[in-house]
Amino acid sequence: MKHEINFTLNGEAVTCAVDIRKSLLEMLRDDFELTGTKEGCGVGECGACSVIIDGRTVDSCIYLAVWADGKAITTIEGIAQSDGQLAPIQAAFIEAGAVQCGFCIPGMVLASDQLLKDHAQLSRAEIRRGLSGNMCRCTGYQKIIDAVQLADAKRQADPKTVVLPHFKIEQ
Amino acid sequence: MYDITDYHEATSLAEVFKLAAADPKARIVAGGTDTLVKSWAEVPAFTGIALIGITRIPELQGIVCQEDGTLIIGALNTFVTIEHDPLIQKYTPLLSQAVSLVGGPQTRHMGTIGGNICNAGPAADSAPALFTYNTTCEIQGPDGVKNVPIADFYRGPGQTILKPGEVLTRFKIKAGDYQDFHGHYTKFARRNALDIANLSCAALVKVQGEQIRDLRLCFGAAGPTPLRMPVAESYAKGKPLTDATLAQIGQLCLQDTHDITDWRDTKAFRDHLVTVLPGRDITAALRGA
Amino acid sequence: MAQKHIIGQAESRWDAIAKVKGQANYTGDFPIKNLLHGKILHATIAHGYVTSYDISEAEKVPGVLKILLPEDLPQIKYSTAGHPWNLEPKKRDIEDRTMLTRHVRVYGDDIGAVIAKTPLAAKQALSKIKVTYDTYPVYLTPKQAMALDAKRIHEERDNVIASTAVGFGDVNQGLDEADFVLHRQLHTPVQLHAHLENQVATAFQSEDQRYTCISSTQIPHICRRIVAQANGLPWSLVRVKKPFIGGGFGNKQDVTIEPLAVAMSKAMGGKPVQINLTREESLAYTRTRHAIDYDVKLGVKKDGTITALDMQVLSNQGGYASHGHAIGGKGGTFINALYKMNSLNYGAKTVYTNIATAGAMRGYGMPQVIFALECVIDDAADKIGMDPIEFRLKNHQPDGFYNELSHTKQQDFRIGDCLKQGPEAFKWQAKVQQAKAFNQLQGPTRRGVGIAAFSFGTATYPFGLETSGARLILLPDGSFKLMVGATEIGQGADTALSQMAADTLGVPFESIIRDAITDTDTDPFDTGAYASRQTYIAGYAIRDAAEKMRKMIIQRAAATFDIRGEFMDIVDGNIVSVSDGDLITTVKDMAQASYFDWQTAKTMVAESSVNIHNNSYASGCTLAEVEVDLQTGKIKLLSLMNVHDSGKIINPLLAAGQVEGGMAMSAGYGLNEGLVYDELGRPMNNNLLDYKLPTTMDLPDLDEIFVETKDPLGPYGNKALGENPTCSPAPAIRNAVKNAVGVGIDTIPLTPESVYDALQAAKAPKGVS
Repeated sequence: MKHEINFTLNGEAVTCAVDIRKSLLEMLRDDFELTGTKEGCGVGECGACSVIIDGRTVDSCIYLAVWADGKAITTIEGIAQSDGQLAPIQAAFIEAGAVQCGFCIPGMVLASDQLLKDHAQLSRAEIRRGLSGNMCRCTGYQKIIDAVQLADAKRQADPKTVVLPHFKIEQ
Repeated sequence: MYDITDYHEATSLAEVFKLAAADPKARIVAGGTDTLVKSWAEVPAFTGIALIGITRIPELQGIVCQEDGTLIIGALNTFVTIEHDPLIQKYTPLLSQAVSLVGGPQTRHMGTIGGNICNAGPAADSAPALFTYNTTCEIQGPDGVKNVPIADFYRGPGQTILKPGEVLTRFKIKAGDYQDFHGHYTKFARRNALDIANLSCAALVKVQGEQIRDLRLCFGAAGPTPLRMPVAESYAKGKPLTDATLAQIGQLCLQDTHDITDWRDTKAFRDHLVTVLPGRDITAALRGA
Repeated sequence: MAQKHIIGQAESRWDAIAKVKGQANYTGDFPIKNLLHGKILHATIAHGYVTSYDISEAEKVPGVLKILLPEDLPQIKYSTAGHPWNLEPKKRDIEDRTMLTRHVRVYGDDIGAVIAKTPLAAKQALSKIKVTYDTYPVYLTPKQAMALDAKRIHEERDNVIASTAVGFGDVNQGLDEADFVLHRQLHTPVQLHAHLENQVATAFQSEDQRYTCISSTQIPHICRRIVAQANGLPWSLVRVKKPFIGGGFGNKQDVTIEPLAVAMSKAMGGKPVQINLTREESLAYTRTRHAIDYDVKLGVKKDGTITALDMQVLSNQGGYASHGHAIGGKGGTFINALYKMNSLNYGAKTVYTNIATAGAMRGYGMPQVIFALECVIDDAADKIGMDPIEFRLKNHQPDGFYNELSHTKQQDFRIGDCLKQGPEAFKWQAKVQQAKAFNQLQGPTRRGVGIAAFSFGTATYPFGLETSGARLILLPDGSFKLMVGATEIGQGADTALSQMAADTLGVPFESIIRDAITDTDTDPFDTGAYASRQTYIAGYAIRDAAEKMRKMIIQRAAATFDIRGEFMDIVDGNIVSVSDGDLITTVKDMAQASYFDWQTAKTMVAESSVNIHNNSYASGCTLAEVEVDLQTGKIKLLSLMNVHDSGKIINPLLAAGQVEGGMAMSAGYGLNEGLVYDELGRPMNNNLLDYKLPTTMDLPDLDEIFVETKDPLGPYGNKALGENPTCSPAPAIRNAVKNAVGVGIDTIPLTPESVYDALQAAKAPKGVS
């Protein structure tokens, strides 16, 4: 059974007749071919499938696709600028050496980006708590936390580099 | 894909009642952090059924303080909302602290306090705090509204008194149940995030000078449902705040807990923690006073 | 002349951009038309025999196309271990499994399979298959499986699949001569790899009527061989492609699902079929780190001399042999590598049981044996009243030690430097004083510090074959395509190997182009990512190919400009005069000419293949600081530092990342991780909620230093680093806990309950506990 839903996906208004049995993760990967969002557990324990929904970090594996109706969703494919220039948090992940196998990285980058948006300034403890829903087996988290701190420090030094706002719902 | 047959997005309670009457097997889903996980794991009664979504029903939102001081918490508030809500932080900070320890940020963004209670897990993080505040659960159904003390809402692990078509709509905490109280919650788990309590304990205490005027204790994961500690609570009233009193409170809790051995921990260790955590929570609660 | 500085530079990994953009394709990300989905029917008992299947209800599920039972597939026995093939049948890994089996040896054994149009239909069908079993006794531990009346888990061989002893000297005499003999029983848990990407493989018949398997594997070339063997196909009829891989840590050094994926595609007439394991399947039904029990006697004199070490080892293999005795049997060599002693006896047995099959996992037996060794070494220092660092400094093997057990001279062996520089960087003495002051407050918690050391080999020589190949193609614009069979699995191998090629060629790092996919049809042979071997073994291959390529370019320049080749060098992509550094030509111009010069065009490809017969021993240590709650047994890890003697560090940024990840994995090993079984052999915690992988909030900041030297043998002065960091954190944490509370606990993980119980037992009157 399919429901037709309308939502904003990475800034673009989209319509989808989606199987009501699907998770948002499955809809993003199958119907929109946005395979940057990864599945690590399917039950909301690892955060690999994290996406941003109306400014909140959410596990897309335990979020019904039909719930996207009327929402604004940002995936990892949607945070670089339209000309392909990396978002500051993406650049910081590379600079800090935070990327290894990369499977947790889409979720980790999105969760970090939202965390920066939600806080004017971040301590390491706050970064740790803010990313505690995203598991990584490669890095011990050290350089991931370094990356968020680096992005935070850069925006403090130069307010113009403030992370771009996520796409808002068109009213 | 989830093994479900249909999905309905209800926009009012009346619509929920209608949908539930038409399909009595249908299950209500809020944030999905529990229901969808159980459906995925093929838990019977969570597959082959239709889901009724209720997160867009306005009546179930909001946190307000009534003129008489009663705090009203809509069942669909997420853990994040509750953690940061100014009224909750001002009047029932123990609840704010408790829900701040649920799972990880993603779960706290989607999971709702109503869902946490309806799920009726013995280790639910919001439950011990709500128990110590003597919270009333408001239930609405096709036949009207009823108010039930939270301790009577549970029937057993995963089981509540809700009948098909009934919805837990809001929680009510009276002024007398939070004024002058200080609280603290300990989630004893193996990890500091993304975990479930092996044992949890909420303490709500009122003192006069160096004397305990009132004490409420509730354990999670120490029995089939969250459990208040009547023996220890009644002992504590009027007792001086000393290490000996705190130790005795811990010992008396064993009269009301029903710890078991499972792969996570033995009964012996849980019983030991039962004697330790109340004193620590009381001390921590008063340190913040 | 400008120096070439590419080795040792913190180059960003070439794939990082794709990964932060969500652009990197992993096995599950490739769009494949009309993809079918395969799921495995797992046994719900741990030991027994399937007497019947009822698939009638399952077949009715809409979308189900085929249900496979064991007899529908080839009954060829094969081994899943990712080792090079051995021409001597006796030296091969034990071939003890078929793709599907009626004979159940572990809970979750693969007893059937469903192919369906959707994963949900396959899942629904699985739940409708009714299976009846004859059940046999379940053996969870080696001791149970070794009992006289125990049933054989595999009819054709004893439950003890191997029993070896190595050593030297007279241990009994050594124990007699000791002033003190410590006797300890130590136990390590079933640790899980828990890579974020579960095992996934897609198989289909290609246009050329062969089978392609896209797989998340660490060992593409070995995978091809095992897929072919299991399916009874000529090896060349299988092609394996490995795209980006979401972590492996050794679990994907076993070929678990790929043979079945190909068998499923064959059963469907070559249509594409994907097996995508769930998290629960990946955790419980693939491979694990061996749980090993140690019975240790250590003799020590008051002056700190170790007179004898007797270590009796029981390695829990689980239901199938996989890597088998290669893991439990390996400790003696590395004990000898690390410490001087008058006598050593290392006796090891590897035993089939009915828990999950153990295989390779980061460290390959070393985290277990180092845990056992470093607990007892630390306790021995306590026993004679010597500082634990001083005791290790007194007893460690010197640089240049010839290890008779591995026939290897341990050149440039810098454990002594690690034990000196590490404590200084960690501020060990200050932390000792701080802990003393803290503990004098007599609060509910105690603090302490601990240390543990390790040694580690680079690659598998002299025990295993070590071959590798590399190919460099000069492209028309002067950049180079680097092709290797060595496998990028997230560790950064591709970036480090590219740095090596650029360094030897004399061109910028950016001039080296790697591929996101390793393809057994086109990439040179290499056995894959394991044994911390690739920068070492593939490093030689790359150096050879790059030297050949460099020579070819210089030869062309020599011919073009009529200058002798030895007067020229390549620096930063320019061909310059050795004597004055003047520019002669560029690699780009030579590349253009090699493609398009009317008279002389001849494209350049350099190929190499090496067979390496040497090993460089690495070493290091961990320093840990903890706080222990006396009332609850809960441990807080306050700080953790690893110190590594790994020769030249090819890329400090990547190296630090490897070390930190390994430290986190070992901290989890020491404190919280372990797969738990009930008495029937059912796994209790095979999900990420209950299997306690550390989160961001469970670890402190992780520190590391490198005692950097240039290994005389390593192709770029380098030696092993990938697995080394997982060896010593767990025992360092255990020793820190002992330092804090005065009780040494010999079973990990150090859960709150186990710590609390140990504290209670220590309080009890002697003779009672």
